[in-house]
Amino acid sequence: MSAIQPKVDEPVSDELTLVQAAKSGDVSAFEELVRRYDRSVFRIAQHITQNREDAEDVVQDAFLKAYSNLAQFQGQSKFYTWLVRIAVNEALMKLRRRRPERTVSLDEEVKTEEDSLPREVADWSPNPEQQYSQAELREILSRTIQGLPPGFRTVFVLRDVEGLSTEETAEALDLSIPAVKSRLLRARLQLRERLSRYFQRRDGGDVAQRRESGDGTQ
Amino acid sequence: MKCSEFLQELTNYLDGVIDDRTKAELEDHLSWCHNCFVVCDTTKKTIEIYRDSQLYELPDDLRTRLRTAIVAKCHARKKSGPQEV
Repeated sequence: MSAIQPKVDEPVSDELTLVQAAKSGDVSAFEELVRRYDRSVFRIAQHITQNREDAEDVVQDAFLKAYSNLAQFQGQSKFYTWLVRIAVNEALMKLRRRRPERTVSLDEEVKTEEDSLPREVADWSPNPEQQYSQAELREILSRTIQGLPPGFRTVFVLRDVEGLSTEETAEALDLSIPAVKSRLLRARLQLRERLSRYFQRRDGGDVAQRRESGDGTQ
Repeated sequence: MKCSEFLQELTNYLDGVIDDRTKAELEDHLSWCHNCFVVCDTTKKTIEIYRDSQLYELPDDLRTRLRTAIVAKCHARKKSGPQEV
């Protein structure tokens, strides 16, 4: 079993040139940075807020905040990591506004049985995603990830969907590296277990067929 | 290696950041423990399905609208000087 392959990054030097140009007032250079990262910021924002309008607002607010504070960006981290940090904070603020009754924090300790083995260990069908239409699959994936606490799904999205390294994720979320690793493991295992309900191998035919043959005698 | 130890190393293994000795112990465990093999395999599939899912893609028309608004506000800010959002 091989390791997951990381995504390939854009060249950092090119990015720094754009940031320098934007800092000196070149709005078209900043527009290029928007083009490069708007899709990613939108995905992150929608994963955190779970709301399309909020995600649109986060895209605008995060890029404008980045533009207004470009002088503060010193280049110790990648521009993208700095931008993600801003976007995550904007998204969490939106989420808190929508759910004032619940405290939303990346630091929240969610009680899980992290040391116990997963309960659901049924194997999956060979190509589980092909059992469903694209629309059904998106609905399943969306509903499943929404069930995770915000702190878990944010780490999962940055690491596994957007391809940030553990170090970049820790920096973007202001978490320690062990905290990122711990949340990532728990997020991955929880998602895996929840998806097993949809994707597990059904030997001897699917549920509908079994029900039909089992209840067929009257 | 016990199942609980395997679980602790799972994320490092899937990310390819694991020393050779631990990797060999883990793969030995996977060779005889069917449950852990399934957990490892389906966790990897979980990550790949989400990565390839195109969940929450930004539609082109919305993308253009957002970018146009951002650029217009950047130009406005440039004229009025730097300020906090």
